[in-house]
Amino acid sequence: MPIWLYILASVIKSAIVLVVLLTAVAYTVWLERKVVGHMQNRWGPTRVGPFGLLQPLADGAKFLFKEDLTPPHVYRPLYIAAPLIAVIFALTSISMIPFGNSVTIAGYSIPLQVTDVNTGLLVILGITSIGVYGVALAGWSSNNKYSLLGGLRASAQMVSYEISLGLSLVGVLIMSGSFSLRDIVNSQGGHFWGFIPRWNIFTGQFIGFFCYLMAAYAETNRIPFDLPEAETELVAGYHTEYSAMKFAMFFMAEYANMITVACLATLLFFGGWNGPLFGPAILQAILPVFWFGAKIFAFLFLYIWVRGTLPRFRYDQLMAFGWKFLLPLSLANVIATAIAVAW
Amino acid sequence: MLSVHLILFLAFGAVAVAGAVNLLAQTHPINSALSLIAVMAALAGEYMLLGAEFLAAVQVIVYAGAIMVLFVFTIMLLNAGVEERTKGSRVATMFGIPGVLLGSVLLGWVVLRHSGTEAVAAGALPGAPAVIGQLLFHEFLLPFEITSILILIAIMGAVVLASKPPSAPARKVD
Amino acid sequence: MVPLSYYLVLSGILFACGVVGFLIKRNIITIFMSIELMLNGVNLSFVAFAAHWHALAGQVFVFFVMVVAAAEAAVGLAIIIAVYRNRETLNVDQVNLLKL
Repeated sequence: MPIWLYILASVIKSAIVLVVLLTAVAYTVWLERKVVGHMQNRWGPTRVGPFGLLQPLADGAKFLFKEDLTPPHVYRPLYIAAPLIAVIFALTSISMIPFGNSVTIAGYSIPLQVTDVNTGLLVILGITSIGVYGVALAGWSSNNKYSLLGGLRASAQMVSYEISLGLSLVGVLIMSGSFSLRDIVNSQGGHFWGFIPRWNIFTGQFIGFFCYLMAAYAETNRIPFDLPEAETELVAGYHTEYSAMKFAMFFMAEYANMITVACLATLLFFGGWNGPLFGPAILQAILPVFWFGAKIFAFLFLYIWVRGTLPRFRYDQLMAFGWKFLLPLSLANVIATAIAVAW
Repeated sequence: MLSVHLILFLAFGAVAVAGAVNLLAQTHPINSALSLIAVMAALAGEYMLLGAEFLAAVQVIVYAGAIMVLFVFTIMLLNAGVEERTKGSRVATMFGIPGVLLGSVLLGWVVLRHSGTEAVAAGALPGAPAVIGQLLFHEFLLPFEITSILILIAIMGAVVLASKPPSAPARKVD
Repeated sequence: MVPLSYYLVLSGILFACGVVGFLIKRNIITIFMSIELMLNGVNLSFVAFAAHWHALAGQVFVFFVMVVAAAEAAVGLAIIIAVYRNRETLNVDQVNLLKL
């Protein structure tokens, strides 16, 4: 493929992925408010548009028009840079995620992925590691006791659970033999006995999936691990001093991280875009993306369901869970998978 | 002559050198820490250019994503402020800065003039994780095990050093 | 194509900045960061030579250097915290009780 066409295709794919991701972030917020509302026996947003579907637009307008106040006592360069760091790295990690097989346009085969790197999974882990800085620097630059404590707690939590996150992925790597996300999904094609799909969760990675889920909930600072940013604790944690657009950026970063985690769980444990294919050729090109989207929706619903149901951990319980339970469990999973594969 | 490889090398190199010089120029340690993170990210790009893709990812995950977080935590917890100016020697500054610059320019000129022009191609030696894993667990198994013991000792030492010294006799608290 | 000497000059510049920072800075954390900068410069040298001589052992050695740097950073920062607790300052010029 000529280089200019490759660059053009990459730019178009990046633009599409970005637009779809930002819309998904906005409507994940809507979904959360509706689902949590119904769980709490109330309606959720209903006024703005049918079923409150235009609520995210109203929220966006609110964030844009709210006064963007920068308190005088903050360390200004980092105060402005921290939400930028959080949101940039949250949006970048989506670039490694494959959404489906290759589509053929005008004779060229274009993979449905912004870029396919040999070490795609490691790059996503690296981007998650850098995302910790957004939280830590936000807490520090706000020059506020509560922000500093909340920021330190949040970043210590994220760094601690990164280890279990990485180890829970090693089981999947041992089974598929490659870091490239496309190869991992392709190794999950096919069926057992004709109807049970050969997803990693059915071929022995159930504990790995459990570890990944717990670690991912802690990485994205969601209930039951959201002590550092709960409204009833420490004022509001690291984003106390932020208002309007900067707060919206932290918000977007959190939901974009949720979507990335859901994408990764789908790719690694649930077969990615593998699903029953039927119909004419054009439908067969679109269906994998549809299955992928359906699985991501299921994961987001699980996230929101857990949020509406469970209480939150205290900070020492949270750290003890990460270091004393989840880390040994992930290590045991790696060892068990290695022994099983070696035989 | 001006290939994409050279342009990328110069771009990453410029970011790395700018970060290193900024580390020296800044007075507040947090700015120095952020410059060092920029240096490490630029070096990860350089490793990618040389084909060491696993090392580039490990550099970002371990160095920029864990070790520097440790530095930033320490700066935040100890509330490190702007560095105080200590009494320096004016003679040293007057002769030192031009001297260092002259010496380094001379050294760089000698290195560039007297080395061969054989180039290192982009992605010359693909360092795929599988190949590095093979080497790590076969030829380099002994250093691997020794460094893992070293890290264990370092963790224990760090925990002991940073813990509060026992001040009052411990009361039985439930 | 980039000649090997360009990589070595870049590595040398980074190492030199690390040494200069180690010598002129007074804040102990910044001195420690200069040490990390020196280690990074050396890592670049290793990887460049590994690519030049097609020897993957260079990349494995960088792996070990990173591991040792991590261990050293952990212990060094713990020492810094202990020094701060005792002397209430991060300025190396003021940690001079043993000076004659």
